[in-house]
Amino acid sequence: MSWSGVFSQLLEIVAALLLAPLLTGWANQCRAWLQNKSAPSLLLQYRMLRKLFHKESVVAEHASQLFRVAPYIVFGCMVMASAIIPTLSTDLPLSPAADAIALVGLFAFARVFISLAAMDIGTAFGSLGARREMLIGFLAEPALLMVLFSASLITQSTSLTSIVETLAHREFVIYPSMAFAGIAFTMVALAENARIPVDNPSTHLELTMIHEALILEYSGRHLALMEWAASLKLFAYSCIGLTLFFPWGIAEVGSPEEMLLALPMLVFKLAIGGATMALIETASAKMRIFRVSEFLATAFMLAVIGMLVHLLLGS
Amino acid sequence: MLASLLHLDWLLLLCGAWLVVGALGIFALRRFRFVSHVLFPLGGLVCLGVFLVALSAIFESPETAVLPLGLPGLPFHLRLDALSALFIAVIGSVGAGVSIFAAGYFRKGEGTPPGLLCFQYHLFLTSMVLVVLADDAYAFMVMWETMALSSFFLVTSNHRIAAIRRAGYLYLLIAHIGAIAILLCFGVLQANTGDYTFDNMRGQQLSSFWSSAAFLLAVFGFGAKAGILPLHIWLPEAHPAAPSPVSALMSGVMLKTAIYGLLRVSFDLLQMQLWWWGVILLALGLVTALFGVIFSAVQTDMKRLLAYSSIENIGLLCVGMGLGVLFKAYHMDALAALALTACLYHVASHAFFKSLLFLGTGSVLHATGERNLGRLGGLMRYMPWVAWVTLVGVLASSGLPPFGGFVSEWLLLQSFLFTPGLPDPFLNMLIPVVAAAVALVAALAGFAMVKFFGVIFLGQPREAKLAQAHDAGWLERAGLLWLVAGCLVLGLFPVQIIEPIGRVTALLIGHNLADTVRANGWFLLAPMSVERASYAPLVFLVVGAASFYLAVIMVRLLYRGQLRRAAPWDCGYPAGNARMQDTAEGFGQPIRRMFDPFFRMDIKHPTPFDEKPVYSVSVDDHFWHWIYLPIAATTEAVAKLVGRLQQGRISVYLLYSFVTLIAMLVLVRL
Amino acid sequence: MMHAYLIQSINLFASVLLLLSFAMLSQRRILTVIHLFTLQGATLVAATVVVAYVTNQHHLYYSAAITLVTKVIVIPILLHRLIDRLNVKWDVETLINIPTTMLIGILLVVFAFNLALPIAKLSSSIAHSTLGIALACVLLSFMMMITRAKAVPQVIGFLSMENGLFFAATSATYGMPMVVEFGIAFDVLVGVFILGVFMFQIREQFDSLDIRHLEKLKED
Repeated sequence: MSWSGVFSQLLEIVAALLLAPLLTGWANQCRAWLQNKSAPSLLLQYRMLRKLFHKESVVAEHASQLFRVAPYIVFGCMVMASAIIPTLSTDLPLSPAADAIALVGLFAFARVFISLAAMDIGTAFGSLGARREMLIGFLAEPALLMVLFSASLITQSTSLTSIVETLAHREFVIYPSMAFAGIAFTMVALAENARIPVDNPSTHLELTMIHEALILEYSGRHLALMEWAASLKLFAYSCIGLTLFFPWGIAEVGSPEEMLLALPMLVFKLAIGGATMALIETASAKMRIFRVSEFLATAFMLAVIGMLVHLLLGS
Repeated sequence: MLASLLHLDWLLLLCGAWLVVGALGIFALRRFRFVSHVLFPLGGLVCLGVFLVALSAIFESPETAVLPLGLPGLPFHLRLDALSALFIAVIGSVGAGVSIFAAGYFRKGEGTPPGLLCFQYHLFLTSMVLVVLADDAYAFMVMWETMALSSFFLVTSNHRIAAIRRAGYLYLLIAHIGAIAILLCFGVLQANTGDYTFDNMRGQQLSSFWSSAAFLLAVFGFGAKAGILPLHIWLPEAHPAAPSPVSALMSGVMLKTAIYGLLRVSFDLLQMQLWWWGVILLALGLVTALFGVIFSAVQTDMKRLLAYSSIENIGLLCVGMGLGVLFKAYHMDALAALALTACLYHVASHAFFKSLLFLGTGSVLHATGERNLGRLGGLMRYMPWVAWVTLVGVLASSGLPPFGGFVSEWLLLQSFLFTPGLPDPFLNMLIPVVAAAVALVAALAGFAMVKFFGVIFLGQPREAKLAQAHDAGWLERAGLLWLVAGCLVLGLFPVQIIEPIGRVTALLIGHNLADTVRANGWFLLAPMSVERASYAPLVFLVVGAASFYLAVIMVRLLYRGQLRRAAPWDCGYPAGNARMQDTAEGFGQPIRRMFDPFFRMDIKHPTPFDEKPVYSVSVDDHFWHWIYLPIAATTEAVAKLVGRLQQGRISVYLLYSFVTLIAMLVLVRL
Repeated sequence: MMHAYLIQSINLFASVLLLLSFAMLSQRRILTVIHLFTLQGATLVAATVVVAYVTNQHHLYYSAAITLVTKVIVIPILLHRLIDRLNVKWDVETLINIPTTMLIGILLVVFAFNLALPIAKLSSSIAHSTLGIALACVLLSFMMMITRAKAVPQVIGFLSMENGLFFAATSATYGMPMVVEFGIAFDVLVGVFILGVFMFQIREQFDSLDIRHLEKLKED
């Protein structure tokens, strides 16, 4: 473990914490533009977080400890996820601690807690949201795992840094299996981040929403943490997408000066990613909840086919 | 003199101690306090001893003994090697927690008198240990039957309830059908030598046909005990029927003896492995796992839910074992060791978290008298201890880091990922499909577990009486904590746990994974090389906890943590009540809809004109109707035919004897 | 260097073909299915051109041109006009639900690969490893024909099956003789015309394009 490694690790976490609300804001702005609405400020997310942190927190009378602990756990999970995913450099001292499977496990951990917290109050919406979240989760989770495995089959490693190292810094080769994985990943990312074909982040119509129903009972600092965690999750997913499919520009081990270049590159890639997401959201319509399971099952199958194609063409 | 005792002798002494404890129970049939506060803790202490002895025995060379018990000329052969020692260690460690819990759990009026229950319980433990120790078919079968019988009596301890008697009968029936297959399997293995010791079987060079026959018989026989599809039918009936500590032992430990048997036969007694055995195990395991988890997600009885989840885990164990057989057949020893390590790791972690969950339901059952998820809810406020402890089990069971379940799933997925390289391209292509299915099963398990925990402990109490629920007593807590500690140790110290497991794979496959793992440091689990895959649960936990506390401190420091309690918001709806929460049926509804062909459902929808609208849904198992009922009907028809012989008149029976005698004489004359 | 990328891009096009086959299998809207079919034709053209360039087989340029004209331009236009006239743009229910269809599709891919393996080993073509994918496309299109209840997607399934066959010929033996190719192109065109007429007839008879109505023609 070198000092530059520790430095890059810390820089990554800080960058994730600071950039995540910006990415959400940017995506919202792009969407507003595309839909011919006047766009909210890019910094709206920061202001909202600040506002929420300053407000008092109202907790239901019979809420248990779990309800109050959950926002911190979910937030912690997302911070850790963004620490594991290589965004700026592949020289991360934490990366051997958790590989792609552990990353999926981490997301699942956060999901379980957010669902349990939603069930804790015992309102109809909360438990409905929890059920739907778990429904999405049990299909999206293996799909994400299979997407990561498609990359693992190419690089013979489940360690995220090794995957990126191989994809970014070796000779460029066209991997057809990644085409399947890419589409599957896009579908999973939309579902996991409560985006339009699956969930509508701007509606507050209770019966159609999933993510909003989960955090319905939260307020004040707890809500701020949940919202920040959601932004971090979007950031983490975008970064997974970028590292798997557009890994160029990440600094190599032992070259801290490259990190200076990596940061603007990352921001640039994220900006394009956010705009693309807004475009997809604008172009599609929200699905019925049972079409969602079909949508995600399709993503899962596509990811599996991606792995098959790799074996097919590889031998 | 004590120093010269072998591990095996110690184990036998401890088994004797168990029997003594059990026998004391018989003498104190109705002295409830003595049984629960003296005998069960004593039994727990013996469990602890068994665990320690077995743990040290894993690292020693195999020991054998011959007991002059049993029939003349047929003594019991015993052998303690790494494989049996590992399983005994699991039995001992889980048994310790369960016994301590049971000390606080058993109350008056459980049907069977407490003293007798104590005897059956300790006999059950003893027989499990001796099954694993047995080194000849005769001892094995005697102990196997003792195990089945003692657990049968434990299952039916509430024998006044007809459903429980029926569950017990079904259990006994299928256990015996399985036992017949196991006996036949040993018959094939001894290859006409007439010598039923395992030593002799190891020496036989069977043809591939007879090896396959023995393997298939073993899969059938042990599968009946483990609950592999379609022989799982007894499991969701018998496990919930038993008192909770017994369910915990049955699900957590007894099922593993079947896995032990399968491992012993296919890797130790059989000298060759064929690739298609692995495919059969993989397919059976996958179907079992998928079936188990889907059914577990739609259950409305908390113990049945856990029983189906046990079926799922047995399926995953079979998948690991099947992969091991496949690799072994192609002589890829390192990968076979990896798959088998995943399987054995899961044996241990499932034993802990499933017992923990069953004991948790036991506490809930005691506090509320309810097993039906539809009448529970909100118990976290009244029994926070049990709730938090159960949460650990739930997380481990969902395969989440940093608990034990995750490590085994991680290892299993790793062994899938390194399969490209099998010589058969067809298998190569099927492997990712199987890996995807395993990932799906793991994620579905999370769904079922969130339902389990959320409906029991969270939300508002669905019945008024739940507010009187009391938390577990100190003995129960001690037992639960021991199991929680097990889940944590299994989750956080995989490198150390793989040391003993490596001994077992070295014995069965000839490759010890522990050497590579150890070389990568004491906290970093990297079965192949660090570049390929690594996982450090301790670092994971520390960083996770650090970010958790940083968030807490940040919020505390920057903002004054004001908190106000108010009525729940619920989108401004004021009249919400406990009955408006999602029910267990509701939570299972997406699964019922998506996996519709798996179920035999009977849904009754109310019509708009009903005075009292009733909605009911019952979910049934197809196998019961496809396999078991036709067999039962055939049996009954045959029995009716035979029954015609029964006339009830003495002279007719005498005529039968006479005709038989004549026929015999004619036969002799010929 | 360039050459290596071109060879890799053949594999890429092959998997895009497979991807599109799966997309067609999982798509409910007829209009989208037609778009996907057009894309599949375009991918096929691109793949053929790349193979032609890499191997210097000039006759493949001609086959690519024929494919471009028939599958990317003429037939999609015909299909668009057909659904305009029949007014069937929207969702069609599948007979089996989509995830199950895809699951069967995956099994078909595994099967097709194993079927193609011995043949691919004999072939010395640079694209021989894509033969399995081509076969899979054929089977998937067949599957699509089976699972659709409406006539238009069935026709598209038939056409996409032909795409798969064409690709198989290209990848295994660098295409069929010119005469055969012209013949097939002509056949396909005629086929579409006949099927179009057929569909109008079905609709006139049953007021619907649901081919389940054809069951009524059976004499009891």
